Amino acid sequence: MSSDLSEKILEYVDQLGSVDTLDLAKHMQVDHQKVVGIVKSLQAAGDLITVEQQVSKRWELTDEGKTVVDKGSHEFLVYSAIPAEGIAQSAIMQAIPNARVGFSKAMSSGWITVTKNAGEPIVARKVDDIKDTVRDHLQLILAKSPDEVTDEQKQEYKKRKLLQEVVTKSFLLGKGKNFATSVEKPETELTQEMIASGSWKEKNFKPYNLDSLGISPERGHLHTLLKVRDQFRQIFLEMGFSEMPTNNFVESSFWNFDALFQPQQHPARDAHDTFFISEPKLSTKFPSDYLERVRRVHSEGGYGSQGYGYEWKIKEAQKNLLRTHTTAVSARMLYQLAQKEFHPAKYFSIDRVFRNETLDATHLAEFYQVEGLIVDHNLTLGDLIGTLYEFFKKLGISQLNFKPAYNPYTEPSMEIFCYHTGLHKWIEVGNSGVFRPEMLLPMGLPEDVNVIAWGLSLERPTMIKYGLNNIRDLVGPRVNIQMVHDNPICRLEK
Amino acid sequence: MIYRDEINQSINKYHQYSDKSIQNSELCRSTEENLDQCLVGLVGIFHPVTLVVLDILDVEFSDDQFSDLCFEFGLELDEVTTEKQMITNEQGAEQSAGASEDIVYRIEIPANRYDLLCLEGLVLGLLVFQGKLSPPRYKAVTPEKGSVQKLIVTPATKLIRPYAVAAVLRNITFNQDSYKSFIDLQDKLHQNICRKRSLVAIGTHDLDTVVGPFTYDAKPPSDIKFQALNQDKEYTATELMDLYSTHAQLKQYLHIIKDSPVYPIIYDKNGVVLSMPPIINGNHSRITLNTRNVFIECTALDLTKAKIVLDTLICMFSQYCIDKYTAECCEVLLPDGTVTRYPELAYREEVVNIQKTNTYIGISEPADKIAKLLTKMCLKSEVANSEDQVIVEVPPSRHDVIHACDIYEDVAVSYGYNNIKKTIPKTATIGAQFPLNKLSDQLREQIAQAGFTEVLTFSLCSRDDIATKLGRNINDIPAVHISNPKTLEFQVARTTLVPGLLKTLAANKKMPLPMKLFEVSDVVIRDETAEVGARNERRGCALNCNRTPGFEIIHGLLDRLMQLLEIPRSSNKDMTGYYLQAVDDPAYFPQRCAEVVANGQVIGIMGVLHPDVIMKFELTHPVACLEINIEPFV
Repeated sequence: MSSDLSEKILEYVDQLGSVDTLDLAKHMQVDHQKVVGIVKSLQAAGDLITVEQQVSKRWELTDEGKTVVDKGSHEFLVYSAIPAEGIAQSAIMQAIPNARVGFSKAMSSGWITVTKNAGEPIVARKVDDIKDTVRDHLQLILAKSPDEVTDEQKQEYKKRKLLQEVVTKSFLLGKGKNFATSVEKPETELTQEMIASGSWKEKNFKPYNLDSLGISPERGHLHTLLKVRDQFRQIFLEMGFSEMPTNNFVESSFWNFDALFQPQQHPARDAHDTFFISEPKLSTKFPSDYLERVRRVHSEGGYGSQGYGYEWKIKEAQKNLLRTHTTAVSARMLYQLAQKEFHPAKYFSIDRVFRNETLDATHLAEFYQVEGLIVDHNLTLGDLIGTLYEFFKKLGISQLNFKPAYNPYTEPSMEIFCYHTGLHKWIEVGNSGVFRPEMLLPMGLPEDVNVIAWGLSLERPTMIKYGLNNIRDLVGPRVNIQMVHDNPICRLEK
Repeated sequence: MIYRDEINQSINKYHQYSDKSIQNSELCRSTEENLDQCLVGLVGIFHPVTLVVLDILDVEFSDDQFSDLCFEFGLELDEVTTEKQMITNEQGAEQSAGASEDIVYRIEIPANRYDLLCLEGLVLGLLVFQGKLSPPRYKAVTPEKGSVQKLIVTPATKLIRPYAVAAVLRNITFNQDSYKSFIDLQDKLHQNICRKRSLVAIGTHDLDTVVGPFTYDAKPPSDIKFQALNQDKEYTATELMDLYSTHAQLKQYLHIIKDSPVYPIIYDKNGVVLSMPPIINGNHSRITLNTRNVFIECTALDLTKAKIVLDTLICMFSQYCIDKYTAECCEVLLPDGTVTRYPELAYREEVVNIQKTNTYIGISEPADKIAKLLTKMCLKSEVANSEDQVIVEVPPSRHDVIHACDIYEDVAVSYGYNNIKKTIPKTATIGAQFPLNKLSDQLREQIAQAGFTEVLTFSLCSRDDIATKLGRNINDIPAVHISNPKTLEFQVARTTLVPGLLKTLAANKKMPLPMKLFEVSDVVIRDETAEVGARNERRGCALNCNRTPGFEIIHGLLDRLMQLLEIPRSSNKDMTGYYLQAVDDPAYFPQRCAEVVANGQVIGIMGVLHPDVIMKFELTHPVACLEINIEPFV
């Protein structure tokens, strides 16, 4: 049925060249909306026809307007009902429909007048003859000569609810590029059947709308920070480093501090800075001769050192804590290395460390520490600097600056600054140094073996890279999952 | 590595021995404000030193040039500001009216460089660094026989604070600035090396108001009565402790002696109280701008640190004595009869090998050049006869130098870190991943490919998170407990990944359903067989949240993981392969929970979470959840 209609429409277009849908509807005696529907589907079938929207407005009388045309305007009726001698206002108000409107209009037109007689208002004609212009105008509009009535007047009648403006939308149809009088419905998709039968050769295909978005693929996502961690791991592996087993959050003070020649009164060992463990409170298993060498180097010195000259207490070393740096693991690795015949090594780790911090936009109680170290004979500070340049080059950073710093277990110590080309300033990106002999020699490492090491946090470069200001937008349960969904692949060198 | 320096907590605006006017003009800002580096895990913690330095350095500097000089010397120029601006920032504009508008440099000092903590030392260091001055020679002189000041230590001090050292600065002249700096340095030392006065406490006195010999004793608090600094009448020690219990600054030190049966106390010959360390000085011997002879005593738990503190004060302020860089000895008489003279002001010789020095740094400088570089750093050095050695004299102002490596560092700083040639170590090694991490990453990749989104949650949480909220009693859980958490969120290390994932769900309620989340990370379990009594365990946890729980979705993920790990399904539930086994668990809905058994070992649990759990984590939709230990598959 509708395809019949489509073809009918196309025939009209073929004959007339161009035709308005309203005329078509009248001609075909079909509802206009239906014609419009068919036109839309024809439009979708490719360039069969051209379609141009038309908007037409026309004035129509309301029911009240039609009454006026039949009987005269309300003011005319009021005027007509007044006898020559006048009449009581109340009487006329009852006698005529719409008398209130009629009365006030007649008054303002100066047709009638009101006088008082014994307190009762009496209405009388003021002029002898009147012309019912309203009715005349409405008749003109009804007779399709609306132009003879001014816009102002039309608006006035509209306000009086005698007239209404009707807007009609229609379409002007013309022949399109691919005009034909018959419609072949274009195919939306190529199907398996079409391929089998070869029917695709004869078919028209509906073009795709290339401006729309595709359907988002079903997928899972890796977390933003851990994608950056993957990249850092990759860099270390490319540079020949081996990953340290850092899966031990609970550590003894001995490995976390004492083994690193960090004195027992050091403020970092204060409860204000470090999470201590109440359960399991103490560690008891230590390599006893190494423990003794550590005690001696702290309290008395040795290995060329003056020591710190204080009474070293095993009790302090036994206290368990949540490791404050992964260097605790580095110390274990170096100790193990020293127990066998020495061979050079490169180690790295990226894992969580804990600080009893006051939390704010840039500080959390736990964060990821990136750490790298090289242990070999006669390593130099120049080796450390050279290695750091290579490492940071892989992160897309080529301008470095090194500042002297202080750290209890490295000497020399260097803070690493990099020039941020986006922020146009030098920013601190990490710390580095050569491990002190007081840390290495008690482990049993040969005297000419040096360890160069560096560390940085994983969160800070990630926040800088992705322009995040609050660390909680990156780590923790309050992270917006949408951010994880939308995060790009991580290319640090870019 | 790295990241902590000796930390100095907040620099206190009060000083035990200072008077009111000085407290008010103190300008030091809390170092805590300088801790932003923590973010990187690199904590360089420094003492801010305020410095009006230009005229003292005797050269016109631009701010940038000065900043560069500091950087080379190992210091960071924090900001260039004015006194007025600093007060405005800290206390508000109304407080800053009338403050100086002279330019002030704020510089951060590494925490072990006690010699740079005051303007006197910093300027000296910079002048020597620039080669404009040679390092001064500090010495202690003994006065004529009989007139040496004595400090007698009684046996009772063993009970509370056994060590004491003392010295005299003779014929000193303070001006307003140097006086303030003297007080300020004591305050910084107290906060830092003295560990908030717990290890060492300093007392400085107008020697002309008291008469030696002095006695360092320890007495019951009720037996001590004196007029303390800035008090208008005498109080007993007990009353003073009471009085100071609400004192903004002093209250933090009271705990050091509060519960001891005896309190440390120093008297002069006539029983005048000099000080009650480490709390307060006596009013009688207070120093003023007009003080000419200063008696310094330090009482301590750590003798080494007491000596460092005394040496530092002497080195920095003996330049204001008529006999410059010279202090007068005091004798300390110990209960066992030994007599020791202080200050030690000891010079130590270190002989460093040139080749070793060059190798350590990666430079090749001749001996004379290295001696020059060291002298610039206040370490006066000369080439030894053998030419391949440099003899370095470590002065009493450089107690941070305890090993040859400290000297190597000074050579490197003096040479300029950024002038050292970059080299790549020839160390040949073969990289390797930690197998557990490798497996974790491979599984993470696969779980994400299966449509789950990775979350990253905290290792620490509240006791409720792992117990009450999951229908358990904390006493039944082998959790590691933290003894000093600042908030409830850090009471325990997590024993399960489930709470973190549920909290992430709760924070993301506006995301469309279904939500499929996962995490592969460590939990911590108490384990007596482990070296420290606890061990990490690597877990994989995933959940599905939707209008219905989707147990089958989680189950599908498990099947997929087992397929990837080449664990077959065990139809007869034996020791090879994996299967599910119904179990009751308070966190899960009855009859909707199963243990995962792989190769005969229970590796985890899965099921539909109990509605109570859903409610306690402020969720509204059903959740199916899986948590397994992945370590057996490494």
